[in-house]
Amino acid sequence: MSVREKPSGRTLGVLAFPVGMLVVFFLIPFGIMVATSFYHRVPGAFYTPAFEFANWQRLFQPVFLERALFSIGICLLAGFVCIVVAFPFTYFLTRMRGRPHVILLVVVLSALSLSEVIVAFSWYILLGRASGISNILVWLGIMNESAAYQPSFAAVLLGLCYIAFPYCILTLYPQLTRLDPEITEAAQTLGASPWRTFWTVVVPIARPILVAGFLLVFVFTLGSYLIADFLGRPEHWTLSVFIANQASANANVPFAATMAIFLTLLSLIVVALVGLIESRTRRLI
Amino acid sequence: MRVLRAVVVTLVVVFLLAPLVVIAVGSVNQNRYLNFPPEGFSLSWYAQLFTDSGWRTSIRYSVTIATLSAALAVLVATPLAYVLRAYRIRLAPLFYTLGILPFMLPPIISALGMQVFWLSTGHVGRIENVIIAHAIFFSTLPLVTISLAMETMDQALPEAAQTLGADQRTTFRTITLPLLIPSMVTGFAAALVLSLNEYIISFLVAGFTIETLPVKIVNGLRYGFTPTIAAVAVVFILIAATTFTLFAIFGNLMKFLGADPAILEKNKAT
Repeated sequence: MSVREKPSGRTLGVLAFPVGMLVVFFLIPFGIMVATSFYHRVPGAFYTPAFEFANWQRLFQPVFLERALFSIGICLLAGFVCIVVAFPFTYFLTRMRGRPHVILLVVVLSALSLSEVIVAFSWYILLGRASGISNILVWLGIMNESAAYQPSFAAVLLGLCYIAFPYCILTLYPQLTRLDPEITEAAQTLGASPWRTFWTVVVPIARPILVAGFLLVFVFTLGSYLIADFLGRPEHWTLSVFIANQASANANVPFAATMAIFLTLLSLIVVALVGLIESRTRRLI
Repeated sequence: MRVLRAVVVTLVVVFLLAPLVVIAVGSVNQNRYLNFPPEGFSLSWYAQLFTDSGWRTSIRYSVTIATLSAALAVLVATPLAYVLRAYRIRLAPLFYTLGILPFMLPPIISALGMQVFWLSTGHVGRIENVIIAHAIFFSTLPLVTISLAMETMDQALPEAAQTLGADQRTTFRTITLPLLIPSMVTGFAAALVLSLNEYIISFLVAGFTIETLPVKIVNGLRYGFTPTIAAVAVVFILIAATTFTLFAIFGNLMKFLGADPAILEKNKAT
């Protein structure tokens, strides 16, 4: 490729619209949110501009720190589960031929386009007592009595995995299709079992994309609001649920802003940490 | 390995399809409450979707917001993707990061940011607030697809045009832009589908005045389940599945999702 030219003044002018939009409707709102986190909340009314640390102090109460740790924990767990299932699945998928391959892709894309609203609601029904999985088991004579599996921790985890899973597959997909079958064939010709080939050849090649998929699931599920709200008890709620509740029902917008900034920092830190660990350990191998 | 493959693929497909089955069954259940085994068969819930004025209003809001915000997202993303890839700009990584940042952060951040932004301007509860919020949040998708197209574009084409005497504007209009159209359409479609399904931003920005379909569904669920909700969901799923199936029939779905065609060819041969 030839050396790219320096832009003229007029070309830079073309950038004004997109950059202006992003600054006005993303950076400035973020700035206002930061400012709002120092505002004073008027109970029963709204909030007034001020500069106080009350919201930030409230954030560092054990109950909210515990919520933050819980959110990070359950989202990391969702990332782990998604990768453990999506990696072999996508690997098998990319090795399939013609029609089954395309049909599976359509299924994955249809699941991806499901609204979080619909996912939360259908798992709510599926895991419920009235007309869920347990009713089918009773009907088949496997169980004696129907049972409710939500609200529970497992239900929230399952829902989070469901919404993130298609994205996870689509992140892994391009790289795994590029994995040349000749490489795995070579390993097997040299006497490695399929299992050993998978662990010693496929996994190391796929490592960076696995980390990317893991991070994607983590950040994605951290932002989920409805899943935890529908499928969990308050003790299973993530920070997003608290932020949305404070911003709407309780009308404590300053505290919602404080938690939102905290959530941003948390996700950036975890992403940076995982990236760091990844680059460190790769050098060792 | 073969057994493992069958087990993994079957389990994942059952997992992915389970919610779709529940919704489909619920939407044609005659009984007002969802029960198992289902009783009777009725399409009245689908009819209600188009006769009930509340649902119709929500459909109109959702479609308007999704179309306009996806168009605006492409308008924001195209010049950004083009200039950053076509020219040497020192701050390019910074601008690109700014473009993908809204989508990289949890949506609740954008939602709350836009809420306090519109509150501070006093311009509250309008449909354009949601359109702009969605456009910014989803502009990342066309930005990524168009940037990819810029990277993989054959540089000889615009260069040839310039050698033949076209100025930059003409080159862009007659060569680069037509080559970018497929990626713009892809980005538009992705933004459109995700905007139709988006809940938390719509809810916090103007949820009390502009009831989009997802917002109306959640509000409805808080008062209890009605089969109409399941009917809406089925319509959504059908639209998505049809779109992707058409893609698979007329285009190359695997390539569209980033598969390497040469390798896929090899898989087919073995």
